[in-house]
Amino acid sequence: MSDALLSARGLGLTFGPITALDEVHADLWPGEVLAVVGESGSGKTTLLNVLSGRMAPDAGTVWYRDPARHLHDLHAMPAPQLRALHRSDWGFVHQNPRDSLRMRVSAGGNVGERLMAQGIRHYGDIRAAAQDWLAQVEIDPARIDDLPHTFSGGMLQRLQIARTLVTHPRLVFMDEPTGGLDVSVQARLLDLIRTLVTRLGIAVVLVTHDIAVARLLAGRLLVMQGGRVIESGLTDQVLDDPQHPYTQLLVSSVLSA
Amino acid sequence: MMMLEARGIAKTFVLHLQGGTRIPVLDGVDLQVRAGECVALSGPSGAGKSTLMRSLYGSYRADAGSILIRHGGVMVDIARADPRLVLRVRRDSLGYVSQFLRVVPRVPALDVVAEPAVARGVPLDQARRAAAALLDRLNIPHRLQALPPATFSGGEQQRVNLARGFIAGHPVLLLDEPTATLDDANRDIVIGLIREATRRGAAVVGIFHDAAVRGAVARRTLNVQPHRDAA
Amino acid sequence: MSGYNFAYLDEQTKRMIRRAILKAVAIPGHQIPFGSREMPLPYGWGTGGIQVTASILGPPDVLKVIDQGADDTTNAVSIRRFFARTAGVATTTRTVDATIIQTRHRIPETPLHEGQILVYQVPLPEPMARLEPSRAETTRMHGLQEYGLMHVKLYEDIARYGRVANSYDFPVMVNGRYLMSPSPIPAFDNPKLHMSPALQLFGAGREKRIYAVPPYTAVRSLDFDDHPFRAGRAPGICALCGADDSYLDEVVTDDQGTRMFVCSDTDYCNERAAAAAIQGNAA
Repeated sequence: MSDALLSARGLGLTFGPITALDEVHADLWPGEVLAVVGESGSGKTTLLNVLSGRMAPDAGTVWYRDPARHLHDLHAMPAPQLRALHRSDWGFVHQNPRDSLRMRVSAGGNVGERLMAQGIRHYGDIRAAAQDWLAQVEIDPARIDDLPHTFSGGMLQRLQIARTLVTHPRLVFMDEPTGGLDVSVQARLLDLIRTLVTRLGIAVVLVTHDIAVARLLAGRLLVMQGGRVIESGLTDQVLDDPQHPYTQLLVSSVLSA
Repeated sequence: MMMLEARGIAKTFVLHLQGGTRIPVLDGVDLQVRAGECVALSGPSGAGKSTLMRSLYGSYRADAGSILIRHGGVMVDIARADPRLVLRVRRDSLGYVSQFLRVVPRVPALDVVAEPAVARGVPLDQARRAAAALLDRLNIPHRLQALPPATFSGGEQQRVNLARGFIAGHPVLLLDEPTATLDDANRDIVIGLIREATRRGAAVVGIFHDAAVRGAVARRTLNVQPHRDAA
Repeated sequence: MSGYNFAYLDEQTKRMIRRAILKAVAIPGHQIPFGSREMPLPYGWGTGGIQVTASILGPPDVLKVIDQGADDTTNAVSIRRFFARTAGVATTTRTVDATIIQTRHRIPETPLHEGQILVYQVPLPEPMARLEPSRAETTRMHGLQEYGLMHVKLYEDIARYGRVANSYDFPVMVNGRYLMSPSPIPAFDNPKLHMSPALQLFGAGREKRIYAVPPYTAVRSLDFDDHPFRAGRAPGICALCGADDSYLDEVVTDDQGTRMFVCSDTDYCNERAAAAAIQGNAA
């Protein structure tokens, strides 16, 4: 864990009688994609929220290593610092892009917001960066002044990704980024995420219930059930040679095309 | 120089969904492959050839034994190494051509093939040129190279898969039935590729159901026998 | 006038409002909540400004009230008369003579001096209200000085119209810390906020907020490096006094569409016209 970007130790969280997290350990190293799979209620989204500091655990610690290599106890960080982190070194891609995008602000304004939040005050530079990022996520840069509601679901998700990556974060949290999209649109998005993540060397914590998505994007995998990590390791090893009864069930339940 | 050294590999599958049924497949398998050598795995269907192959690659977790792969001057035990180290070994040292192509559906064949080279740091345009050359050699027409392989025939997909396996020049290469769906002309091209790989010093382990291919490339054969307890 | 406390408001309320004003002065640009009272005029007519004025008014003060720069509009006349009757203070239309100036939508053209207090009537104190509907969230954004969103709005304007579309209520940064709405004054007046010798108090009655810009405080209009803030005014000169540096109102004078431009600041216009007349007589 010496170089890990994020290290979770002994995370626990209960909601009344429900155990959302139970003794969860996880590490994330720079440039790797870690998938968290499990069915609804397994605790995977809670884990994402705790790892990203959006939710505090009852027990355990999440350590974050900043670009200057200093370690921070994430949940002890002052709110301004944590929010600044979420605007710069980190990103969050929601399943529903409408949760993140400003629907009444143009595509260019949406992409430029994080730059402006960082204090960039040159309109021409912001616009050029927005155009560049629209092109990178395969949206016609000529649509820079269009409002998001004129975009398709797949385009909205790509716009959200452009908006998130514009500050070159080192770590991006993704919550079911391909959920709710048509299969053909999913493929395009998967390819895009894969290409960008590889090229930019971004570390990703990817929460998905779709094992095929995990297989195509992630190097390592955590399988969660009832708030516990019941199996973890190389993605193909966990999926091709599952050891835990629940993982075997999960893998065998997937319809293959 | 020893490139791959497996000792005492054992593998038993436990099917929890079938009441914990145990299926022993491998028990004490040893395999050594030196640089420039090609070893064929033989044995009846169901003997565990593919299981051994996947264990060597780390896709299956060996229950016992060690699988040492030469990786940049040191031997890494694939059976025990940290997942992230296994991923680095796969990127730089250990190539694998599976029976089926498994890639993001939308990516053009050219980029599918170029990807392992790009992952090793080859610039994209250079990797694409190398990919195009390999696909040309494997008779994938230009108009197909720009298309995603999902719509290709089985033979075409396998050739894309082969190109993807050979492009990065891994020093250890695992080939699982690489010629199964190929016609004679393409089969000979693959034989040529394997020979070139061993000539440059690669250690190759292959499953070749085609005796002619096996005879043409393999110097040795490891006979994998069905497990005694398997029933 | 009997039956009312001096300047209408009871002393307890004035004390509460003065405390809010002191806080506001201590934290320039920061909005302070206060218990806004019912006033004998409707919301939107200056209930915030009038409460601030009532709380700071003393017997020796000289009060001026302007509405869009004019001393003679209904709102200005009513408020001036209100304080003349409830406080018995002297009133004036001359900017230089006033100790307290309550204003709606303008800063006088005549430079203010030390000791003067300018009281603004504010309809919407939160500059990000139209961008972020949650007050809890805008409070947090102020607390953490997260003002990227405001720049998103400016970006949108430039992308859409080629310039920032706000010609009034143009957002400013106060003392390099707080984003503030200057109330709906024209952007033309924004530079006058900066380093003003006068104390500037802002009262929003319906929204129950008070904020302030103390004398000699830096107030910068938001802009981009490559789209610097520009204070716009209608091109032309005042038809009455000939001023070419004042903010002009466009007045339609007949049914044929004949128009004229005149100073929106009636005192400034009158003073200039009078001075010109004296010069004319002297010549």
